[in-house]
Amino acid sequence: MKNPLDSLWGTIISGLVLTVILYFVVKSLLG
Amino acid sequence: MDYVPALARWIHFLAGVMWIGLLYYFNFVQVPALKAATADGTGAGITKHVAPRALLYFRWAAVVTWLAGATLLSDKFVDAFTFRHGMAGIGMGAWLGTIMLFNVWVLIWPNQQKILGLKPATDEEKNKARRVAFLASRTNTMLSIPMLFFMAGGWSHRAIFGL
Repeated sequence: MKNPLDSLWGTIISGLVLTVILYFVVKSLLG
Repeated sequence: MDYVPALARWIHFLAGVMWIGLLYYFNFVQVPALKAATADGTGAGITKHVAPRALLYFRWAAVVTWLAGATLLSDKFVDAFTFRHGMAGIGMGAWLGTIMLFNVWVLIWPNQQKILGLKPATDEEKNKARRVAFLASRTNTMLSIPMLFFMAGGWSHRAIFGL
């Protein structure tokens, strides 16, 4: 599998996906 | 002393713009430009005159950003980093910024010194350094997206995002 960080679009999309994941992590931490 | 957090916020933004601005410059401009310049033999100008200056401001802006951010958190510093007392949003931003600072000083800068010839390295070591520095820089670009979300909205607009 290709590393998404090798392309700029892969990097941006990974960042957006990570934002959504971390948003729910933070929401659950806040109860 | 209310002027301390006010000045810290101002400095945090100034240094942060320089740090993340140069990070985006590296990823969106310099890396593709260097690829094209290397192909036609004009890359030396970038590696000799541009990259060392950009890296100087980049790595020290990262330090100033972090220190100003820590000053801004003040007595909430521990609460933010331990995600306690409603500080999880800004705490996540602070953790991401801290990981990015680590990447700058531990992965990007030492490897860039080898790539730019500021530190002696064999061709094989330079090739490895190139890959590590590139991936660390791309990782920071990826992390900057959630980092800025939590920095911008995690505290001042936390109610809108339900944080």
